[in-house]
This record gives sequence, structure tokens and C-alpha cells, in this order.
Amino acid sequence: MDLLMPFMIGTLFSVSLYLILHRHLFKLILGLILFGLATNLFLFIVGGLTRGSTAIIREQETIPKEPYADPVPQALLLTAIVIGFGIQAFAIVLIRRVYQTFKSNNLNDLRGDRGPEKKKH
Amino acid sequence: MSAHLLLVLPLLVPLCGAIVCLLFWRLERWQALVSGFTQITWLGSTIFLLKRIITDKAISTQIGSWSAPFGITLVADTFSALVLLAAALVGLAVFLFSVYGLDKSRQRYGYFPLMLFLQVGVGGVCLTGDLFNLYVWFEVILICCFALLSLGGTKPQLEGALKYVTINFIASGLLLTGIGVVYSLFGALNLAELALIVREGTHLNLPLLSMASVFFLTGFGIKAAIFPMFFWLPASYHTSPIAISAFIAGLITKVGIYTLIRLFTLVFITDQTFMMPLMAILSGATMVVGVIGAAAQNDFRRILSFHIISQIGYMLMGLAIYTPLAIAGSIFFIIHNILVKTNLFLVSGVVAQYHRTFQLPRLGGVYLQQPFIALLFFVSALSLAGTPPLSGFWGKFMLAKAGFEAGNYLLVTTSLGVSLVTLFSMTKIWNEVFWKSKPRKPSTSILLTQSDRLRIALLYVPVVFLLCCILAIGVYAGPLIELAMRASQDLLHIETYTDTVLGKAR
Repeated sequence: MDLLMPFMIGTLFSVSLYLILHRHLFKLILGLILFGLATNLFLFIVGGLTRGSTAIIREQETIPKEPYADPVPQALLLTAIVIGFGIQAFAIVLIRRVYQTFKSNNLNDLRGDRGPEKKKH
Repeated sequence: MSAHLLLVLPLLVPLCGAIVCLLFWRLERWQALVSGFTQITWLGSTIFLLKRIITDKAISTQIGSWSAPFGITLVADTFSALVLLAAALVGLAVFLFSVYGLDKSRQRYGYFPLMLFLQVGVGGVCLTGDLFNLYVWFEVILICCFALLSLGGTKPQLEGALKYVTINFIASGLLLTGIGVVYSLFGALNLAELALIVREGTHLNLPLLSMASVFFLTGFGIKAAIFPMFFWLPASYHTSPIAISAFIAGLITKVGIYTLIRLFTLVFITDQTFMMPLMAILSGATMVVGVIGAAAQNDFRRILSFHIISQIGYMLMGLAIYTPLAIAGSIFFIIHNILVKTNLFLVSGVVAQYHRTFQLPRLGGVYLQQPFIALLFFVSALSLAGTPPLSGFWGKFMLAKAGFEAGNYLLVTTSLGVSLVTLFSMTKIWNEVFWKSKPRKPSTSILLTQSDRLRIALLYVPVVFLLCCILAIGVYAGPLIELAMRASQDLLHIETYTDTVLGKAR
């Protein structure tokens, strides 16, 4: 498990960057989603994987019983997931709007600032 | 006023304003009224904060009363209070511009609440004392920038916004990765606590800390448009209307630099032999690339956008030299640049209101038709290039002096050369837009009605307002330089900061 996770994160990062660099708009969406997943997973794994119980303090105790999982990375992760979800939702809507406006799936066709200028001259 | 209230107000005021604006959805007159009231209150709250900081050096509060390393900390020192004040001044000016300078449909679809939410984010970044909260506040800024840049949905805007969203999403991912590494190294996220742990230096894993610092340098470097990662900025900033791009261009990249200076003086200080030459190279390259890029452009706003990049290099230069005077120079330069850059964008907006274009070949003769705006541009441009009595000079002077004292001659020479090219580039705008005679083409003759003229006359108000601020910090620079020196002393001797956050007991 400890060996598998880094490889998985690495694969996710490389696949997502490959997809983001792609010209196709839909692959850009996929790339963004995978990139978000990769960072979240990284945050979770570096925080330390501990098998055992949760960090809940039982009655008549002052500290939780070892071994317990650190709750902070999980809290960070939850926040990061929510934020990432919001941004991905915005990105998907934006990309859909781009597709509707330019009527093209290809990033190379998006020449918004140069297209109309050329026609005038 | 109590410290708690002073620290919470800069966040609470724009947040409440934004929520009230949302209640007046599609009633843009009411939204403008609420927004204007909020901007003035925000400016007031930042002035009160700065006044308190001048007497107390730094104040902090714990939200929800959880004690320092565990709870959510808000902290303000001289640096953050100065940046907040500049942000509030710019916010007010851009608001005044937007009321008559922005089209009704954009106003109707949420311009005012989005701006206020953006200001909440800026306030949060300046005041937070926690690494993860810093990330969250940056996301608040980003999502508002995304929405503002694509507001209106014209073709160039969508193209620019797509690039902006993609690159900034990656930057945020890198930041999150860096935060993960820092947490796994130290088990702490509070900036003050991190600073103490790093300085204690026991069982410190230096290579891993450097790796984390590179994650932050890259992440915030993308947001601040530092040398290899600057290309998204000229692609997206010039596309949206001036009322939007002036605020984003004037402020958001500087907020990125603000965080870099904060983090690299507070937490990532250990590996100087590696970081300092890297910073020096990055800062020099940023200056040169920005200014060369500007020389090749033919659009008023694109030239100004490239100059943002070049000036980011100067701000990074202070961090590369890393002496008290250099960092004070950077701080002064940030304040100066927030005001001047916004003002230049607003001037280009006023010119475009008269002539309906930003293209240099199609502009001309503004000096004859509107001499007053030519004067306003002239002063701002000279200030940007750093001519002596104006504000840009003092920042550059401090940086150059610190560079010579530290023996960093190459970097100083580069910066002075870049200043000269900046002046050349401003001369180019001056020649093309203001000086040369207007090209005679049927498409460029625009008839302005009486009401249009009145409306544009009102747009002069924010420009003159910002120009007064620029002149004030230029001619009467002493107090601001003193404050900047104190801010840099506090950044380099962290006791003020850590004592305020963690309490004197430690």
C-alpha cells in the first residue's frame, strides 16, 4: 500500500498534465478533474496513513489511544475537495460556453482577439 | 476599537456588502449604492487598522477563541495593513469608475457583488496567519477573478478566461501539494509556529523543506506572473472591460508577491545559498522579459499588461537581495505599483471611452482634444518609469541602493536598464496615443452626445483621486518609507509577529 500510493499519485499527475496539454476541450475537463484528484490524494497520503482507530477521545481519557489517524489532513482534504469541486464546476460551465460560442472543440480555433481583426483589414 | 473588531471588519464589511448586493439582484442602481457605501466603509476600516498598527506594531485575534496554533488566526502587521490600505484605495477608485464606465448588462449580472467578494478574498490573504487558510482565501480571490474575467462572455474574454482558469487551477494544486509537504514535515500550519519550528532547526529535513518552498515559489509565482510562468497574464488581462481588468491587474498579482515575501521571510528562510541566486535570476528575467514583451505590443492595455510583469521583477528583487532596505524597497514598490498601474489602466479606459479603441495605430491626437487626460497619463507614466520626484523613483532608489550595498551589481544594472526601456515604452504610448495626429478613417470618427460627455467627465474623478494618492506618496514619501522600513524590520525580525500570534509566554 505504501509503495503503491506514490506510483498511483505520480500516474495521476502525469496523465492529468498530458490531458491538460491536449488541444481537445473535453480532455481539458478530464485533465482538470484528474489533476484535482491527484493533488487531493497527495495531500492525504503525505499527511500519513495510519491504520487503527479514529482520533476520538474516549470517556475518562485525556488523549486518544494510539495508534490513531491524524484528523488534520483529513479536514484539509475535505476543504480542498469542496473548493476543487466548485472550481471544476465553474471550469466545466466555462468550457461548455466556450464550445457554444466558438462552435469548436479544438483549442487552436480559439483566437478571440485576432480573428475579427484580420477580417477587417 | 478593539483588536478583534479591527481585524474582522476588513473581511466582514465587503462580505456583508456583497450579500446585500445579492439581495438587490438586477437592480444595479441599488447595488451601486450599497457597493459605494461598502467601499467607503472598507477604506475607513483599513485606515483605522493602519492607525492602530502604527501604535501597536502588530495585532492578532483568534477566531472562535481557540488558542493560537490550533485555531484560526487573523493577524495584521505593518506590511499587511499597508497593502490592505492600497487595496481599499484602488477598490474605491475602480468602483467610482465602474458606475459610469461599465456597461449596464455587466452591472446587472453581478459585477458589484463579485468585486466585493474579491475584496473579501484580498482582505483574507492579507490578514490570515495560517498556511491552509491562505490557500482558501486565494481560492476565494480566484473564483471571483474567473467570474469577473468571463463576465459578459465575449469571444476574447472566453479565450482569456479559459487560459486563466487552467493555469491557476494548476497553481492552486501545486500550493496544496506544498502545504501537504509542510504539514507532513512539521505537523503545523500556523505561520508563526512554523517560523519558530524552522528557526529552532533541530532535526530539520532541509532538502524536503527546500522542495516545499519550490512548490510555493511555483504556485505563487504563477499567480504573481514571475518569469517562466507569466504568459497567461497578457493573454487574459486585456480582454475584459477596464473596470474589471484595472482592479485585477492592479492588485491580484501584487497579492501573489505579498504572499511570497511573507512566506519567504517567515518560513522558508533556511536554504539561502540555493534560493537567493534563484530569486535573483527569476527577478532579472521577469523584468527583462516583461519590458521586451511590452515593446513589441500595439495595444494600449497589452503594453500595460506586459509592464505588470516587468514590475513584478522589481518586487521580487527585494526578496533576492534580502536586506532590510531591499525588502522595504519592495514594500514601497508594491504600494506604489498598485496605485499607479490601476491608474494607468483607468486612463486607458477614459481614452477608450472617447475613441472606442485600444489599438495604438487607430488612436491619436488625444493631446489636442483632451489635454487634461494627457496630463494625467503623463504624470502616472513618469511615475511608473521612476522619474525623480514621483513615487516610482523612491522604490527603485531603495532597491538599487540596497543592491549596491549587497554587491549585487548585475541585478541592479539590469533593473536600471529596464527602467530606461520602461520610459521608452511609455514614450511610445505617449507618441502614438496623445501626440501624433489622429488617423483619418471614416470608422474612427465617433460622435459623442452631450450626456456621453457628462458621463465621461465623471470618469475623471477616480483617475484624479488616484493621481493625488500617487503624488502624495511621491512628493511626501517620508512617512511611507518610514513605515516600509518598519514593516521590513518586522518581517526580518519575526519576534513581533510570533509574539503577537502565540502570546508572549513562549
